[in-house]
Amino acid sequence: MTATQAHRPDPGRPFDPAAEAAAATDRILHDTLHGTLRGVVVDSPPGAGKSTLVVRAARELAAAGRPLMVVAQTNSQVDDLVLRLAEKDPRLPVGRLHSSEPGAFDPALAELPAVRTSAKIAELAGMDIVVSTAAKWAYTKVDEPWRHAIVDEAYQMRSDALLSVAGLFERALFVGDPGQLDPFSVVGAEQWAGLAYDPSSSAVSTLLAHNPGLPQHRLPVSWRLPASAAPLVSRAFYPYTPFRSGTGPGDRRLAFGVPGDGSGVDRVLDEAAESGWGLLELPARHTPRTDPEAVRAVAHVVRRLLDRGGATTSEASPAAAGEAPAPAPLTAGRIAVGTAHRDQAAAVRAALAGLGVTGVAVDTANRLQGREFDVTVVLHPLSGRPDATAFHLETGRLCVLASRHRHACIVVCRAGVADLLDEHPSTEPVSLGVTVKFPDGWEANHAVLAHLAEHRVGWRP
Amino acid sequence: MNVSRDGRPASAAPVAGRPAATPSLRRRLTELRGPGVRPRSLDARALAALAANPGCRRRALLDGAGIDKAALAQALGSPAAYGQSQFAIVRGHAFEARVTSDGGTELLRLLHERLPPGTPPPAPDEVATPDLSAAGPEGRTARTALALREATAAGGWALLRHPMLAVEVAGSPAYVEPDAVVVHPDGSWTVVEIKSFPMIDGAADAAKVGAAARQAAVYVLALEPVAGHVGAYTGREVTVRDRVLLVCPKDFSNLPTAAAVDVRKQLATTRRQLARLTRVEDIAGALPEGTTFDLRLGDDGKTATRPPEELAEAVEAVGAAYAPECLAACELAFHCRKRSREEGAVETLGRGVRGELGGLRTVAEVLAAAGPGAPEPPVAPGGPDDPAVVALRRAAALRAEALSRTVVPGPRAEEPGCH
Amino acid sequence: MSLIDTLARMEAVAAGRAQPRCTVRHRHLSRRPLVLVPLTTAGEAGAPLGALVGTDREKPALLAVPQPRDRELRFAFLAELAEAVLPYTDGFADAVEWEERKETDPETGKKVPVQVELCADAPQLLVPSGAGIEFVRLLGRSMRFRRTAEQEPEAPYPAPPHVPLLGRWLTHVGERARVPGSGLLLSMTDLLTRHWATGQSALEDQHLGALLSWIDPPPGMSGRAAAERAECARDADGQLLCPPAGPATDPAFDNRLLAPAMARYDAGLPGAEEALRALIEGQLRPTWDAVWHGVDLLRALPEGTRVAERWKRDRWSYTAHRDRVRAGEPPQPRQDDAVTAAQKLSARESAQARLDAQEALDDPLVMAGRRLAGEAFQGTVTAVEMAMSEGKRPMPRPLVTLRTDDRPQLAEGVRLHRPLADGRTQTAEFVAFEGDDEAAPVVRLTGGMGRGKTPEPGSVPEPGDTVCWTLFEHSPRGGPELPDPEDTPWTHGGPPPGAAGAPPDAPDPVTTEDFL
Repeated sequence: MTATQAHRPDPGRPFDPAAEAAAATDRILHDTLHGTLRGVVVDSPPGAGKSTLVVRAARELAAAGRPLMVVAQTNSQVDDLVLRLAEKDPRLPVGRLHSSEPGAFDPALAELPAVRTSAKIAELAGMDIVVSTAAKWAYTKVDEPWRHAIVDEAYQMRSDALLSVAGLFERALFVGDPGQLDPFSVVGAEQWAGLAYDPSSSAVSTLLAHNPGLPQHRLPVSWRLPASAAPLVSRAFYPYTPFRSGTGPGDRRLAFGVPGDGSGVDRVLDEAAESGWGLLELPARHTPRTDPEAVRAVAHVVRRLLDRGGATTSEASPAAAGEAPAPAPLTAGRIAVGTAHRDQAAAVRAALAGLGVTGVAVDTANRLQGREFDVTVVLHPLSGRPDATAFHLETGRLCVLASRHRHACIVVCRAGVADLLDEHPSTEPVSLGVTVKFPDGWEANHAVLAHLAEHRVGWRP
Repeated sequence: MNVSRDGRPASAAPVAGRPAATPSLRRRLTELRGPGVRPRSLDARALAALAANPGCRRRALLDGAGIDKAALAQALGSPAAYGQSQFAIVRGHAFEARVTSDGGTELLRLLHERLPPGTPPPAPDEVATPDLSAAGPEGRTARTALALREATAAGGWALLRHPMLAVEVAGSPAYVEPDAVVVHPDGSWTVVEIKSFPMIDGAADAAKVGAAARQAAVYVLALEPVAGHVGAYTGREVTVRDRVLLVCPKDFSNLPTAAAVDVRKQLATTRRQLARLTRVEDIAGALPEGTTFDLRLGDDGKTATRPPEELAEAVEAVGAAYAPECLAACELAFHCRKRSREEGAVETLGRGVRGELGGLRTVAEVLAAAGPGAPEPPVAPGGPDDPAVVALRRAAALRAEALSRTVVPGPRAEEPGCH
Repeated sequence: MSLIDTLARMEAVAAGRAQPRCTVRHRHLSRRPLVLVPLTTAGEAGAPLGALVGTDREKPALLAVPQPRDRELRFAFLAELAEAVLPYTDGFADAVEWEERKETDPETGKKVPVQVELCADAPQLLVPSGAGIEFVRLLGRSMRFRRTAEQEPEAPYPAPPHVPLLGRWLTHVGERARVPGSGLLLSMTDLLTRHWATGQSALEDQHLGALLSWIDPPPGMSGRAAAERAECARDADGQLLCPPAGPATDPAFDNRLLAPAMARYDAGLPGAEEALRALIEGQLRPTWDAVWHGVDLLRALPEGTRVAERWKRDRWSYTAHRDRVRAGEPPQPRQDDAVTAAQKLSARESAQARLDAQEALDDPLVMAGRRLAGEAFQGTVTAVEMAMSEGKRPMPRPLVTLRTDDRPQLAEGVRLHRPLADGRTQTAEFVAFEGDDEAAPVVRLTGGMGRGKTPEPGSVPEPGDTVCWTLFEHSPRGGPELPDPEDTPWTHGGPPPGAAGAPPDAPDPVTTEDFL
C-alpha cells in the first residue's frame, strides 16, 4: 500500500485515496503505539491493505522495543505473515511457533536467516515477534503475558478461541474484514444467543460488547478492487462503512490479443474486459450442485481467458516511474475459480483438466478468503438451486466470491435466481439481544444480481 | 417517512408499491369470492405470513382476493387444525391490560430503558394518551392519523393504544391494529408489541419473537405513509423507528419486561412481498374463464353447498408450492398436502430434499432413477450422466449393500396406543 | 438431509412404512427408564396441568393440577413430581465403581493418578418429543431457585422440600441433553427418527403418533393413512383420537372439555376433581403407551458397539452432579459465564465429532452415508508394497493400493484412519491414484504397526482384504484448556460477579400473582 500510494499523485481528484489511506493508517498506528486503551479494532474491506498494516504495526512495535505476539487463524496465514515480515526486514528476529505435526509450516521459512521455527515457545524466547495460529497459541503457556499482540482475521475468529488466548497478552490490535464468512459451530449454540460472550459469535463482537469504548478504525480504500467493483461491493456488503477503490476508471485494463469468436463465452469475456463484470447466464433449470453444463461453462470461460491471450494493465505494474504501465500476460496463476461447495470445485478441476488447463486456483469461498487474483470466475452459489438455504444466502460467501479480483469477475449462473430469492420463505427465528447482521444475504444477493443483470450474456450450451 | 433508512441497496428494497387495483382486477376478484361475499380483511398476522411461502401462487391469489381459506378448507374436506385455547386468550388479554392499565407509565418506563443512555425520561403526567375511538375501521384510521399529527406537532411524548392503520394489499385496504405506538418528542415513532410468551433470563422463544418481528414490520410499513403526511404537514422530520419494543412477562411472573427488536430485515422482506402481490392480477388473468371459489353458502350462512369436487377443481386451477412448513402457516395446507402426496411430489418430504435431486420432481422419478432396473432413466434431464442420477444410484447401491449385510429386526406387531 | 436419507424416505413412501436408517441402535436404552409425559396449561410458562410418570408401563403415577391458577395446587404437583422422580434419580447414586483418573496435584502441579467413584449406572428420563425436553428445562429453571421454608422461614410462599432439588436435577439432565449422543434425557421422537426414515417430512415426524404409525402401522393400514389419522382424526365431539404428545394440549380439548370441567371444579361440585383427573389422564395415556411402544421398537435393535463408551460419559456426568449436590453447591446459575459457555460448546463439538465417527464405525449403513459424501471409502486391497520412511530411524511405511467404487474427496497428503481388529485406529495418508485411475487410490500406512522395523502381524492389510478408510478421525480430541472463570480476560468482561465468592443467583421475585 505504501509503495502504491507514493506513486499516485492525483491532484485533480477531490478524494485522494492514498492520502485517505495513509491518514487512516497513521491514526491506527498512533492508537496502537500510544493509546491508553487495551484494544484497537480495525475493519478492513477486501484488499484494503490489511496485511500491509499488520506487518507495519508489528515492525513499529518491535522497533519501539515492545516485543509482541501475532495471532492468525490458519497456518498459511501465519506463514504468509512471516514471509512478509522477513521481506520487509530480513534481520528482524521473528519466531514461528508451530504444531509438532510434520509439515506444520512452509519450508521456505527455514531459508530465512532471522526467522526461527519451533514447536516450543521457550525456544522462541527473546524474539521480537512470535507468530502462530490461534489454535497453537491456545495450547501455549507463558509466565509473563506479552505486552502487545496483533490478532489478524479477527472477524473469522470465534469468541471462544479469543477466550483461550486473551490471557497471553495485555493489549491488542484486532484487524479483520467484517464482510467475509462468519465463524460457525457444528452444534447448536442458541442457548447463548444474545449473551455478549456467546462462544459461537465472532471475537470482535464479544470484544466490542464488553469494551464498547475501544477505538474502531477502518481502512477506507481497497487497492485490490478496481473502480468497477468497489462501489458495488461497498454498497451491497458494507452499507454503513463504505469504502472506495484506490484506482480510478481506466486505471486497470484487461484486453485480449485474440478477438472473440462471437460465442456466448467470448462475449461475456469481452463484457468483463470492458466493464469489470460479466454474467454468463444459462437457461433456467433445477440442477444438482455439480450442474455439468454450468461446470463446463466455467471451464470454458477459463480456457478462453487463457487462449485469447488475456493481458492486464495495472497502475501497479512493475513499470519504472514515468513510463506507461506495461501489460502483463494473464496467466493461469492469476485466475481463480470460486464455488460454494467442495464437490463443485472438484468438478470444475476435473473439467479444467479435461481442457488441459493447469495452475488455476479452484476452491470454495472459505478457502479463497484473503486471496487475490486478476480475474475470477464464479459459479453462483444459487445457480440451478430449487431453493435457497441459509448456507447459500450467507452474505459473507457472496462477498468473498465477488471481491477477489483486481480486474474482472465473471459469474456463471442459471437464470431464475431473482425469482428464487423472491420465493424464499422468510420465517427466521429472532434471538433477543443479538445484533442483526445487515445487510442480510437475501438483500445482498438481490443487489449483486441486479448489477450483474446489466452485464448479462445469455448462453445456451 | 424515514428518509434516513434509504442507505440500503436500492434494488433490494423497492418502496412498497401499492398501485391501486384496476377496475377489471377488482371485478375479477369479486367473481372469485362469489357474489355478495365480502373480502376477508387480512390482519397483520396474515400479512406477515405472506412471507412464509411467497412462491405459492395459490396462496397469493386467495389472500389477495380476500377469500376465507379456513372456510374453503372446511368445504374441501381438509379443515385446518387451527384454533386457540381460551386459556391462552384470557391470559394474553389479562397481561396486556395489566401493562397498559396505568395510562402508559409502565410502558414508557420500559421503552425509556431500551433507548440510548442519556435520553431524557418522560414524566408520567406529560404523556398524552389521545382517545382514538371512532366508528368503523376507516374512521379509526383517520382518527389515528389525526392523533399522530397532533402528538408529533406538540413535540412531547404520546402513547396511542390500539391505533388503526391501513395497508394496501393488492389494491384493497387492509386494516391493522398494533398494540400501541409511542410518539417521541423528537418526532420519531415506535411500534409496541405486547405478547404473552415469557422472557426468561432475558431470552424468549426465537420462533415467537420472529413472528412478532414480522408482524411489527407490517405496522412500521403501515405507519410510513402516515409519517410522510405528518412530516409534510408539520415540517418536522418524522421517522418510524426500525426498532420496535417487544413487551413480555418477565420470567415466571406477570411483571412486564421489554426488549428492542431490530426489524430492518423483516421490513425489507415484507415490503417486497407486498409489492409482489400485484402479480395477483397476472395469476387471476391466467385462470380459466368463470373460475370462482364461491362456497355458495346455504341459508345458515355457514354450510357450503358447492360440491367439493367443483371447488377442488377451482383450487387446482392455480398452482401451489406446498411444503410441510405450510401446515403451521396456511389454512389450506392439509388440502394441498393431500394433493401433493397423491402426485408424489418430492417437496412433501421437505423443501430441503430437492437440493440434490436436480430436475427430478416426484418420488417415482427418483426411485426409478435410483433403481438398478432402469438403465436409461427416462426422466432425468441430463440422462444417465446427470450427477443427480449418478449419485442416487450410488446411494441406492451403498444402502442396499449395507442392509444386505445385516438383518435389521422388523418392528414388533403390537397393539399401538392411538390407532 | 443427506441424499441417502432422502432415498430412504422415498423408499418409505413407496413401501407404505418406515425404512431403517441404521442397522444397530445408536443410543443407550436403560433397562429401567423413567418415562415422563407432561402437559402444560396453554398460555402459561411452566404451569403444569398434569403428568404421567414412572418406570412401570402398567402403573404410571398420575399427577394432575385441577386448577393451574392455584399456587398451592401447583406446588402440590411439583412436590408429587419430586416424590416420583427423585427416588429414581437418587437410586443410582450409591452403586459405584472405582476409576483411575489423572488429576493435577495442587502442591506439585503435576498430573497424578487418583481413584475416583463412578456410578455403575445412571438414570434415564424419556419424554415423548423435543417439546418435552424443553419443558423439562423450563420446569428445572422454574424450580431450582425456589426457597423452602427450611431455607428461608420468613419468605412468603415457601416451596415444598425437594422442589429446588428436583429443579437442579431437571436442569442438569436438560443441559446434558444438549450434548450429542448423550442419554440422560431423551425424547422418543428423536430416538425413533434417528433409527427410521418415514415417508413424511422431518417436521411431521415431530408428531409421535404419526411417527409411530409409519414405523409400525396397524395391520391392514398404510403408514401414510395411519399417520394422517393420528394427526387429524376427531371423534363426534371434535376431539382428536390421538391426543397431542404434549406438553401443549389441543385447543379443542381446552375449550370443550377442560374449561367446563375446571368451572365445575371451581364451583365445588362433587366429583369434579375426579372427573378432571380422568380427563387429563385420558389425554396423557395414549402418549404414555406410545412412548413405551417406541421403547419396544428400539429394544429390538441390537446396541451399537460404541454405545456403552458414550453411556459411560453420561455416568460421569451423573456422578459429577451427584457430587455437586452432596457438596452443598448452589443451584446452576441463570446464565453460563463466559468460560462455562465456551467449555460446553467445545465439549459438545467434540461429542458431535465423536458421535459421527462412532456411529459410522458401528453401523455399515451410517458408513454408507459417509462414503457417499466422500468422507470415507471402502475397497479391496490389490497390492501392498513395502517401503520405509527416511530419516535416522527408518520405520515401515507400506504402500497399499485399493480398488474402490467410492469417490472420496482426496488430495495428496490427506490423513486417513482405519479401525483395527483390536479397537485401535491405524493412520495413513493418501499418496496418489495409480495411473490417474480414480478407482485405484494408493495409501501409505503411517501408524498402528508397532515400534519395530517390521510391522506387527496383522497390522498391514493383504491383497484381497476389504478395508474401509475414513477421512475423519475416530477419537477426535477436545479443544484447548480454557482459563478458570476467575481468570476470565478483559476481552470477555473479566471475571463474572459470582466467581469471587459473591452470592449465587437470588430466587425469582415472588409477586402476589404468579405468571398466572
